[in-house]
Amino acid sequence: MTDLDTTDRLILRELSRDATQAASVLGRKLGLSQPATWRRIKRLREAGVIKGQRLDLDNEKLGFGVTVFLGIKLATKGRVSLEDFERAVSAIPEVQTVEHILGLYDYRLRVVARDISDFERVLRRRLMTLPGVGDVEANVLLSEERRPGPIG
Amino acid sequence: MLDDTDRRLLRHYQHDATLGPAELAELAGITPATCARRLDKLQKSGVIRGNHAVIDWRALGYAVEVSLRITLDKTQPRAFDEFMDAARQVPDVVEIQTFLGRVDVRLSVIARDMAQYQQVYRSSILTLPHIADIEALMHVARIKSDEVLPL
Repeated sequence: MTDLDTTDRLILRELSRDATQAASVLGRKLGLSQPATWRRIKRLREAGVIKGQRLDLDNEKLGFGVTVFLGIKLATKGRVSLEDFERAVSAIPEVQTVEHILGLYDYRLRVVARDISDFERVLRRRLMTLPGVGDVEANVLLSEERRPGPIG
Repeated sequence: MLDDTDRRLLRHYQHDATLGPAELAELAGITPATCARRLDKLQKSGVIRGNHAVIDWRALGYAVEVSLRITLDKTQPRAFDEFMDAARQVPDVVEIQTFLGRVDVRLSVIARDMAQYQQVYRSSILTLPHIADIEALMHVARIKSDEVLPL
């Protein structure tokens, strides 16, 4: 676990807003020199606190009008291996995220599709045919906000 | 409208958002000048909305992640707005999503351990307005998380 000071937190906050900012620009905002800012960013990356960058695309403008979250319960636990299910589901291009969860469902999937009928095709042909799929619950995403979290 | 070159560019950029224009140009097989121009156009037209650093909360000591699936009391006309405004004030909430389906809202909440989660749940979540029902799903592992569009 890494301890952060206030400057680190401000850097994280800034970079989660815009990761393409140059160290010099970011440094000016925080009253730090370019090398000092760069060193801190490097340290945050090396410690794994910044684990990567995510491009935020407008799905609709790219023709993906529908995002659906699926809760999936495996029907035959024990008989179907979790690894087989995970491998098969991760290979589906329309499936953006796969999370293993505890509770009402075993897995939570984020699925993108061009429209509702395209989603139906993905659901019937690719998801319902996966090994061991039992109960499925679908919720259509209406809006989404990522919050800065406890680094303020 | 997007052409094949734009799609190729976005495909590479999506897979590695740390790439600079020069590296992207090489991968997409275009000149750096063309690449910069196209990226600029994609940004201006709003196709590319941003490029964000991804924070690993576990590396910062937040070991617990819980998905709270919430049903709101829709007899209250302002239930959605008031709930969302209040949820935005809770620093432990890292994601807010609204849905059409059995669930109205999902909050992603992080905590250092179960004891702290319990405290956040009691003092900051259960006190949010207009909640009719809450279900908690505990996050175990992320199997796939690239969030890449099949372009």
